[in-house]
Amino acid sequence: MIKKFLKLFSNNVFLFTVISIFLGLFIGAIILLAAGFNPLQAYGVMLQGIFGKPKYLSYVIIRSTPLILTGLSIAFAFRTGLFNIGAEGQYIIGSTVAVVVGYFIHLPAILHIPLVIICALIASGFWGGITGFFKARFGVNEVISTIMLNWVALYLQNFLIYTPGFQKPGGEVSYAIQPTASITFLDKWKRSEEGIAWLLDHPFWRDLFKTPINWGFLIAIAVAVLVWFILKHTTLGYRLRAVGFNLYAAEYGGINVKKNMVISMTIAGALSGLAGALQVMGVSHQISLLAAMEGYGFDGIAVSLIGNSTPIGCVFSGLLFGGLKYGGPKMQPAMGAPSEIINIVIGIIVFFIAIPQVIRLILEFGKRKKAEKV
Amino acid sequence: MLNKKVVVLLCIAVLVVAGCSQAKKEAAIKVAMVTDVGGVNDQSFNQSAWEGLQRAEKEIDIKASYLESTQDADYKPNMETLFDAGNELIWGIGFKMADVLSELATMNTEQKYAGIDCFFEAPTPNLVGVLFREQEPSYLVGYIAGKMTKTNKVGFVGGMDFFVIHKFHYGFLAGVKEGNPDCEVLVQYADSFTDAAKGKAIANQMYKNGADIIFHAAGGVGDGVIEAAKEQNKYAIGVDKDQNSLAPDNVITSAMKRVDNAIYNLTKTLVEGTFPGGTNVVYGLKEGGVGIAPTSYKHVSAEILEEVKGLEAKIIAGEIVPPTSSEEWEAMQ
Repeated sequence: MIKKFLKLFSNNVFLFTVISIFLGLFIGAIILLAAGFNPLQAYGVMLQGIFGKPKYLSYVIIRSTPLILTGLSIAFAFRTGLFNIGAEGQYIIGSTVAVVVGYFIHLPAILHIPLVIICALIASGFWGGITGFFKARFGVNEVISTIMLNWVALYLQNFLIYTPGFQKPGGEVSYAIQPTASITFLDKWKRSEEGIAWLLDHPFWRDLFKTPINWGFLIAIAVAVLVWFILKHTTLGYRLRAVGFNLYAAEYGGINVKKNMVISMTIAGALSGLAGALQVMGVSHQISLLAAMEGYGFDGIAVSLIGNSTPIGCVFSGLLFGGLKYGGPKMQPAMGAPSEIINIVIGIIVFFIAIPQVIRLILEFGKRKKAEKV
Repeated sequence: MLNKKVVVLLCIAVLVVAGCSQAKKEAAIKVAMVTDVGGVNDQSFNQSAWEGLQRAEKEIDIKASYLESTQDADYKPNMETLFDAGNELIWGIGFKMADVLSELATMNTEQKYAGIDCFFEAPTPNLVGVLFREQEPSYLVGYIAGKMTKTNKVGFVGGMDFFVIHKFHYGFLAGVKEGNPDCEVLVQYADSFTDAAKGKAIANQMYKNGADIIFHAAGGVGDGVIEAAKEQNKYAIGVDKDQNSLAPDNVITSAMKRVDNAIYNLTKTLVEGTFPGGTNVVYGLKEGGVGIAPTSYKHVSAEILEEVKGLEAKIIAGEIVPPTSSEEWEAMQ
């Protein structure tokens, strides 16, 4: 029986992740206990905070959308053997360009929305492509150049916010994008008088529409499927993966490694940029002065790891991560625990989720030992 | 197999202990705050705000809690979470929350909201903006700096370049000029509220260029400024809280912004039923919302402090109006 289980686990990534989640929750519980808080109550609050109301689920989805896309971005580059730490900067470029195009250009929604997305894709793709080009042409390590470009992007955004005509007077934020560039569901209607009146009579929808629920999530899923298709069923995907598996073998096989590096980083950059653009179009509608990185790109690294660098895995791990990030902090006010404890617990859960490989190794080790005994 | 047993035992232990712990008793009124991205232990105004709420919890019958934000996009969901938790009053800490606060106040008309450093054009009856006249204590510490400098050069390190910090900046300039018209002021913005290393580098450079007193209004960056003062044995002026404890020999005074007092007072009005909904409340010297640090006597001579008291009275009387922006400062020249 147990042997069967073990076999199932070592072959099944999904089950494995589930086990890791429970282990993480368990260790987290011990820490909560040690700090003098009731872990069951704490986790209850967290689950309640994620699944308790349609509004909460909607927030989890909203929260997950950029993480899924930055996760995809990192996974994509990873498949080509590149480590894209620059998702953060590409995200910033995407969101900045989205606000610029969304605010300054006036068009009907049906043209405006695609235009904003395309401009953000081009700009952030270019941003990612710079790294790929430097790597291919001069052998500059992509980790170094992407980290540096993150800061360039951050300060570029801060610089743009101070541009007269773009900065909203009295605030450290840009103007909001035109309503025609928004992808939030019924954005205008829910603020109108009849909208407010109708929603008052329909508590379920009122609850749901309190959140900036938008098209972003559906777009992210469509993109995940697209990425999966590109990687699995196109020549381009085959080449990219070949470069990732073995650079020299790929080159020997007649694949232009340098060109594929640039392509890979460009696509990865565009994916992160899309995350930023969708966040602007659906949720924030503006950009604000950044004192530090917001972490969408860095969280994307974890999302990609948990998702085993597969596109579909990124969707689920993005949702999981978004749920933890949204529901986890809710433990704080309910329990009265210091936020450090809560952050440690969330950190441990994430840590365990991210290391199923290690747990698999441990289990396999135990299996081997047992085999020796027999 | 053995491992499994251990795991099962641990599970049982967790359940038993968990079952034994008791639920805390519920107080009458719940008040909560949402921090900005600095977090609750930022050594600056988020922390000060939380201290104010904790004091309120001790002295008046409320239950306080907070929720930290890690991104700007968190403000709204965090406010919603606290709304669902049944809080009577929800605080937003920092000017960035102004838009979210006014939007939510319009939507949830029964819920009370208040924002630190927030100004509302037309606040709804359930919304209060709290502002500080930071230029006033900055003017006073500027005067002290002007009087105490031996090199006729002092420095100002700002966090980020925006209107709240401008109030510190130009209030300080006017104060220095009042104390010592020949004194030069070196000004630099760090573009950060967290990068202590940058604060230290800027301060070191300023000291090298001849400044002997530096005033910072830069949150965590200021920790670096004070550290530089300590190492070079120069003077620094703290901000927000009395920062003398960070370097007792070097921090001569601090321009205090009593966020804690403001939070405490306003929370108290809630309990007493006199919540000033629909207004913007301004805390200055007159209201005891700002001031210079009580430890100033350690380094500043009694004579200067006496003069500062005179200036304080003049500011309260409205005879001196410290500038809040570059326009107002230019107009004074």
